[in-house]
Amino acid sequence: MQQYDTIIIGAGHNGLVCATYLAQEGQRVLVLEASDTPGGLAATREFFPGFKASVAHTVSHFSAKVARDLKLAVHGFDSATAPMPTVGLNSAGEHIVLSGTGAEAEINGVSAEDATSYRGYRQLLQRFAELLEPFWLKTMPRVGDTRLSSLLTFAQLGLKLRLLGKQDMGEFMRVATLPARDLMDENFDSELLKAMLSWDGLIGSKMAPRSPNATVLALLYRMSGELGGAHAIPVGGIESLIGALNSAAASTGVEVKTGARVGRILIEGSEDGLRATGVELANGEQIVAGRVVSSADPQRTFLQLLGVEYLEIEFSNRIRRLRCEGYVAKLHLALDGVPNFEGLAKPDGRMIIAADMDAIEFAYDDAKYGNYSQQLVMEILVPSLHQESLAPAGKHVLSAHIMYVPHKLKGGWTEEARAILVQLAIDTVAIYAPAIRAQILHSELLTPLDLEQIHNVTGGHWHHTEFSADQLLMMRPTYEAAQYSTPIPGLYLCGAGSHPGGGLMGGPGHNAARQILG
Amino acid sequence: MNTVNRADNEAIDPYAEERLKRTYFYPRAAALNIRDAWFVWNGYKFADCYYDAEYEYFCVRNSCATYDICPMQKYIVSGADAETMLNRMVTRDISKLNLNRVTYLCWCTDAGRMVDDGTIFKLGADKFMLTCGSPSLAWLRKSAFGFENLSIVDMSDKIAALAFQGPTTCEVLKQMGLDGIDTLKPFNIMHFPFGDSGAGSDDKPLMVSRTGFTGDLGYELWIKPELALQLWDALYATGENYGIQPFGEVATNMARLEAGFIMPGMEFNEALKTIHFQHDHSPFELGLSWLLDFKKPHFNGRLALLKERDAGPEYTLVKLDIEGNKPAEESHLYSDKGCNHEIGYVTSAMWSPVVKANIALAMVKTKALKGDIWAEIYYGKELRHNSKQVKCTLKQQPFWAPARRRATPPPAY
Repeated sequence: MQQYDTIIIGAGHNGLVCATYLAQEGQRVLVLEASDTPGGLAATREFFPGFKASVAHTVSHFSAKVARDLKLAVHGFDSATAPMPTVGLNSAGEHIVLSGTGAEAEINGVSAEDATSYRGYRQLLQRFAELLEPFWLKTMPRVGDTRLSSLLTFAQLGLKLRLLGKQDMGEFMRVATLPARDLMDENFDSELLKAMLSWDGLIGSKMAPRSPNATVLALLYRMSGELGGAHAIPVGGIESLIGALNSAAASTGVEVKTGARVGRILIEGSEDGLRATGVELANGEQIVAGRVVSSADPQRTFLQLLGVEYLEIEFSNRIRRLRCEGYVAKLHLALDGVPNFEGLAKPDGRMIIAADMDAIEFAYDDAKYGNYSQQLVMEILVPSLHQESLAPAGKHVLSAHIMYVPHKLKGGWTEEARAILVQLAIDTVAIYAPAIRAQILHSELLTPLDLEQIHNVTGGHWHHTEFSADQLLMMRPTYEAAQYSTPIPGLYLCGAGSHPGGGLMGGPGHNAARQILG
Repeated sequence: MNTVNRADNEAIDPYAEERLKRTYFYPRAAALNIRDAWFVWNGYKFADCYYDAEYEYFCVRNSCATYDICPMQKYIVSGADAETMLNRMVTRDISKLNLNRVTYLCWCTDAGRMVDDGTIFKLGADKFMLTCGSPSLAWLRKSAFGFENLSIVDMSDKIAALAFQGPTTCEVLKQMGLDGIDTLKPFNIMHFPFGDSGAGSDDKPLMVSRTGFTGDLGYELWIKPELALQLWDALYATGENYGIQPFGEVATNMARLEAGFIMPGMEFNEALKTIHFQHDHSPFELGLSWLLDFKKPHFNGRLALLKERDAGPEYTLVKLDIEGNKPAEESHLYSDKGCNHEIGYVTSAMWSPVVKANIALAMVKTKALKGDIWAEIYYGKELRHNSKQVKCTLKQQPFWAPARRRATPPPAY
């Protein structure tokens, strides 16, 4: 008997967003989550008794529309949180601080010229970000689709471009796929400023400052929304966002089942072709539904949960070639007290450790040949300063993204390799906060391989698959699956591997639901 | 200073890698190729004809003849996933294929354009042999991605194969001692003892399938390379009184055209090898819709082909009976005698000696099939160029389809 209209695989934020939208329209929805808690890469876990952290540690562009539609405020998510400053750490304590957002954006610690350039740079990027803004929450049309709605989307994009004016339109076309290196060199003198500004275009991807591709688009994607690219920790932490999504889902009647690992997607074949009819859990239990929506990554969805025998040959090979190797490791430190960063009154910002763009580039060079860098570049913050419940009273958590740590480490992720990386990371942080060594009670390293195993995401990739020009918009994850439907009737995608992409935004979940509801 | 040994120097062939490979039957075939008429097939030195193409053709139709198919591509696909993998790749349902049966089929791109046609032999529960005219390993590997219990071995250079075609073939094989060959039905496979294969080797090293490319009674013989020449010799010794003769590419092309079989590079381009996206073909266009098993829930290109089925193919390959006796080679086709409205083109054409008709295969716009079809034929006469416009008649059946091609047992001689 069919008990559900829709089964959603994965209770990450996109799975929950999609589920709630569908349930709002009266669908009976079951969300199946392999882990014991919902939230995916944004789930908050205890990594040491009394100390908690989540892989995604800030919110920068969670969709205000989704928050509104799903009434997340009612369920405890405060989207109006003020953003935290972004701090470019300097070993001499001469840090650069970016704070505020929009018209109140401020920059401190750079020359007058750079400060002026920064204002111009921000304004231009903000205009570009606003141009793209409407398209993140739209299904991108299939190439060759001549239906009016599709043509209108293309026309709207063209119009938006044209409305930039001749000069800015030309500039947009020029910089859209520019390497971060060129963009920064054109605008700024300060090496530290260049490094910290390019950070958000690069993190989570396998691209470096000199890689021409989608760095600028990634920046603009993260600049969508009210924070204009700044990062925040909501009141109540990332937990409050996942909690609100979970509660919003429950309030609309969505059933979320944790500890329920999907083994495979059930397919029925007849003279009418194939159709997804439900799922089989790892324990053998079968659940049927009108449709299956996967928030799992495309490779996992198509190659593991479905199986190539049901797919077209060229399509499966395109899925196979999606670039899904994560290059960001996560480090969690349980600290005995507030770490003291020299030259900072309070480490309550998002701190970037990358002295210059070469530091980022060289770290990437190491990683692309299967090693982690001996000179780590990192993004660190102390989330417990924003959310006390993450650590026991007086104690704190340091949360760090270490960029360019390969999923497939040469020689494998041995205990020794992990220990060396942890030590390197601690040594790197200690350059700026020398006393921190004595404060460390415990450390947890999550390599991309760990992220893959814990969170069931291929390659441990934040975005499920690379956020790059060939895998974006109407090509995300690949054509014929870029409109949330797939070549298999009854099977849809709603995860970060679909347009617009990863990060805590809710775009794919929102768009998939709209597409399903028609 | 280095001294160059002249004898050694001469022994080194700087073009060794570039030279054509020789098939396992080459020593015998070369001796009979008295015109030295060679061309190339998949890197092999291959006979265009041996003595006289027309004579060879008449041997195929009236006695028996051999065609060296060593250069044909042969892949052994085996393992628990072999059937699933192949069934998803090809358009017919091979889960229905019985052991020791062969089936003709084709395989398409996602867009439903034909990659190639070929045959699949079911050699065991989990073991198949796929044969086709040109290398398909890249496509096979793409198709194999995602299947774990699967092995694909390219046996093209490791199996000797000889097509043996014509009305007296069954008799020759019977005389050779292939007991029960007369009971072998079309598209069936039998295994026979042959030669002294030595102790411990398999006792039936000769595989015979009742298959071929001539539209007549005929077989294809498959054997390990060590026994290739022994097989040839046995066949020619027995076949001497039955008019045995090797035939080459030209005669094959004549025979297959009479049978209405398509040839890559003539009737169709392999979809993966065209540059212009419209220069490939679909099975519908090639008259191969009977190879498409839409009852099968999924096969590559199925969705695209369903759309084409509903919309109808733009072109259709047809058989034409053409007035006069001038072969319509490379002719354009028109809906009117004045040659104002072009509707298609001839892909293969010949004067058929056995049917006594001027025949052709042609690609014609499907919509134009209801009306008249005129061919504009150019031909030379003692260095003068001439052209004429002649009427064409559509033929539904193969030009040549004798009852003996299917009769079991075949008529004795």
